[in-house]
Amino acid sequence: MPHITLQEGLPGISAGFAFRPETAKPMRELAHILLHEPGPLTPGERELIATYVSARNDCYFCQASHGGAAAAHLGSEEVVQKVKVDPEAAPVSAKLRALLNIAGKVQSGGKNVSEEDVARARELGATDHEIHDTVLIAAAFCMYNRYVDGLGTWQPEDASMYAQMGKHLAEHGYRKP
Amino acid sequence: MPHIALPEGLNGIRSAMAFRPEVAQPLSELAEVLLHGPHSLTAGERELIATYVSSLNGCYYCQMSHGAIAAAHLDGNEELVRCVKEDFRRAEISDKLKALLEIAAKVQRGGRNVTAEDAANARRYGATDLEIHDTVLIAAFFCMCNRYVDGLATTQPGDEALYRERGKQVACEGYVSAGKTYQPPAARTR
Repeated sequence: MPHITLQEGLPGISAGFAFRPETAKPMRELAHILLHEPGPLTPGERELIATYVSARNDCYFCQASHGGAAAAHLGSEEVVQKVKVDPEAAPVSAKLRALLNIAGKVQSGGKNVSEEDVARARELGATDHEIHDTVLIAAAFCMYNRYVDGLGTWQPEDASMYAQMGKHLAEHGYRKP
Repeated sequence: MPHIALPEGLNGIRSAMAFRPEVAQPLSELAEVLLHGPHSLTAGERELIATYVSSLNGCYYCQMSHGAIAAAHLDGNEELVRCVKEDFRRAEISDKLKALLEIAAKVQRGGRNVTAEDAANARRYGATDLEIHDTVLIAAFFCMCNRYVDGLATTQPGDEALYRERGKQVACEGYVSAGKTYQPPAARTR
């Protein structure tokens, strides 16, 4: 049961958003810019970073919904599963593997990102913009995950719901509910 | 040295936001609502939560800047800020704020650590659902900001007077207005 009175029937972060529209607006906007708007990394790649960090933070709702969005963008659930288990062995580009490594470091604490981590990503073609966004996506999911779990939101275990949610997010982004 | 080429002459999160102004807007707006806008918790109390979480995350820039903003809200009481960081259970703050800081500390370690008892305890001391919600979100928000600031290895000057000056300005103007000072003049008037 949620720790505060949240609207029933709304899963995960949508219940927090409905409770406090004033904070929902910038939180949606941030997700939309980082994950959905055109950028040097594809939306599928960025959703994989979000999913990986959410899995490391053990947030069921976020890893299922963003995993769903990543799968919808990439047309493959298998890649999503493999990234969650071991990004270094996942069938993604070497550059994305290096960025996922940075994201994992950020998840365990910002100071853990080393010059070597950044140099590796850069050697594989990552730009400053991509490194910046990787750090911020990882950091942002350390917020979203804690928000969703810290309120004790309802997180149904219904794979088809997350697949559908993922498809919707992949298509429409995060600005509107 | 920062991990990427950040604009020179700016420190901490301000240099990162200047690198990517598109994200600066929602980040400033969220900070404004959570920390500076009208609220049943005082701005000083909310800044103490922000400072405490930043110190748990070991982020020098954030704990210094929000510690200074907290002190500016609390009539310059830097000693109280220090006490909260060191051991808030013994600090001269309300029982309600202590209960909220317990929740913030749990969120910092991971959202799942917050229990129904933690929330019930805060409620016993008068905390409302909105106050519990915002405590969780302030703590979560700083788990983002701290990682953003340290993950890019931003410049974090050691001169306390700098933070004190800036703290007074942000406490007075808030985040949206003060946050625009790094932007080109055209953007500031928006």
